[in-house]
Amino acid sequence: MSHSFTREDLERIARLARLELDASEQDLFARQVAGILEYAEQIQRVDTTDVEPTSHAPGSAGAMRDDVVCPSLPRDEALAAAPDADIAAGLFKVPRVLA
Amino acid sequence: MEQPFSVTDVREAIASGRASAVEICRAALDRIAATDGALNAFRAVAPERALARAAELDGRADRATLPLLGVPVALKDNLCTRGIATTAGSRMLEGYLPPYDATVVERLEAAGAVIVGKTNCDEFAMGSSTENSAYGPTRNPWAVDRTPGGSSGGSAAAVAARMVPLSLGSDTGGSIRQPAALCGVVGFKPSYGRVSRYGLIAFASSLDQVGPFATTVRDAAIALEVLAGHDPRDSTSSSAAVPAFTRALDDSGGDLKGIRIGVPRALFTEGVDAEVLAAFDAALDVTRARGADVIDVALPYNAQAIPVYYIVATAEASANLARYDGVRYGYRAPGARSVSEMYERSREEGFGREVKRRIILGTYVLSAGYYDAYYLKAQQVRTLIKRDYDTAFASVDVIAVPTSPTPAFPLGERTGDPVRMYLSDVFTVSANLAGLPAITVPCGFAGGRLPVGLQFTGRPMDDAVVLRVADGYERATSWSSERPAAPASSPSR
Repeated sequence: MSHSFTREDLERIARLARLELDASEQDLFARQVAGILEYAEQIQRVDTTDVEPTSHAPGSAGAMRDDVVCPSLPRDEALAAAPDADIAAGLFKVPRVLA
Repeated sequence: MEQPFSVTDVREAIASGRASAVEICRAALDRIAATDGALNAFRAVAPERALARAAELDGRADRATLPLLGVPVALKDNLCTRGIATTAGSRMLEGYLPPYDATVVERLEAAGAVIVGKTNCDEFAMGSSTENSAYGPTRNPWAVDRTPGGSSGGSAAAVAARMVPLSLGSDTGGSIRQPAALCGVVGFKPSYGRVSRYGLIAFASSLDQVGPFATTVRDAAIALEVLAGHDPRDSTSSSAAVPAFTRALDDSGGDLKGIRIGVPRALFTEGVDAEVLAAFDAALDVTRARGADVIDVALPYNAQAIPVYYIVATAEASANLARYDGVRYGYRAPGARSVSEMYERSREEGFGREVKRRIILGTYVLSAGYYDAYYLKAQQVRTLIKRDYDTAFASVDVIAVPTSPTPAFPLGERTGDPVRMYLSDVFTVSANLAGLPAITVPCGFAGGRLPVGLQFTGRPMDDAVVLRVADGYERATSWSSERPAAPASSPSR
């Protein structure tokens, strides 16, 4: 990988991550993320031919449980921390989606 | 007579009637009130809830059976507490009241502990200095112009300053062990799966683990016995039996005969402070005198641990933090005209810079065209790091390294240079990548009176041996009983 992280990359990634960055953050992050990636470049030199990836620590993946119905969080409690909700109607409220 | 302080002493004093839980609780609250102005270790103190809980314990007929009877405990502010605001050090969760307690909180309370408050941390546990908290940095009790380390800096400082005998933190890449080392206390990251993560605000789910801070290895072992065990609400929690960790300490009596300690000396190349290394070597001599064999081991892929960690952890974080969208809980930017504007502005205004930097990095390494080169590659090197440990553990029982390459560093020294800050974790991240238990115990001082930590790492789920070796070392030395002078005055925040 010799591609270096650019301002255009940053803008694309910020959109994907739903982050609206201000101008000073754009300068700072473009430079810093490029620096971190440059540092991380060293792993490219490691020979990983036929090495399985590890996505999770050993012995913990794939646990099964019985599919049993049990009580969950009451609806009014689940709504209580929302910035905007209609608790009586059981709804989270967001800005208008359809024009 | 001095007030009982340690977990063991508090329990015995209350069980025997020499003290009440209310007296112990009041003393802890007084210490917090007297000390924390200078340190900012606490995000929230809950005196009424704590005193009510202590009074209830004093009235219980079965109290003598409780392993943490009346022990005041502080919790990192990324552990959910019903009715106590839980912010994870973020503006995003300012004032957030979780609708449930984390499993570890339920377990502590069932064991008789008294929750006194929540401690400061780097935002969403992302940091190595507690300077990334939206609520100001915590200061190191040994030198208030220095950081306590991080991200669980408040929990480390609260125990180091003897405000509470026990606190909990979370450790994703060293966030318990590094601040414990820099604050001169014991910090333990259990094996991945040993302790439930239910109710821990997620950072990187394949790495996160909850664990204790204490002033002695024995106190940490008592806490682990309470915390450990399967939880149906966390499918990654192990159903393996929980050993009697404290009995293992009693049985060995501090003897290290037959224990083989591996030292990966080739890793101690650049950036390791000479006084830290001298304290580490002196500590190895102590273990030899107690009967341990000290053997060289090679962990060649450990040299890649920091880049691998910062790819894996940020990738997972970018997914975990997608939930902060201003809809169900947390901050919502006012006045947005569309849903997407609400998402983008809420996240821009609610998250601090380190969190945004990591979301960007994590989103990038998972994005089309870069996934194989960064994320998949890092996962493959993670396998090699794990294999290194498997090979080493065929000939040794634990591996010893300095916990942190340097003692506590000055506030502000590393905030402008992410890579330099990340290198603070060079000796801690690989235990998370491999899911291994690891402990730090105080082993001396550098730069005058700045604590140095000694780390022991063990085989997966072999938490008992790690505790036993650390206890054997601790019994042969007096570093754990050293404490900082009371901070002189409140510096300006």
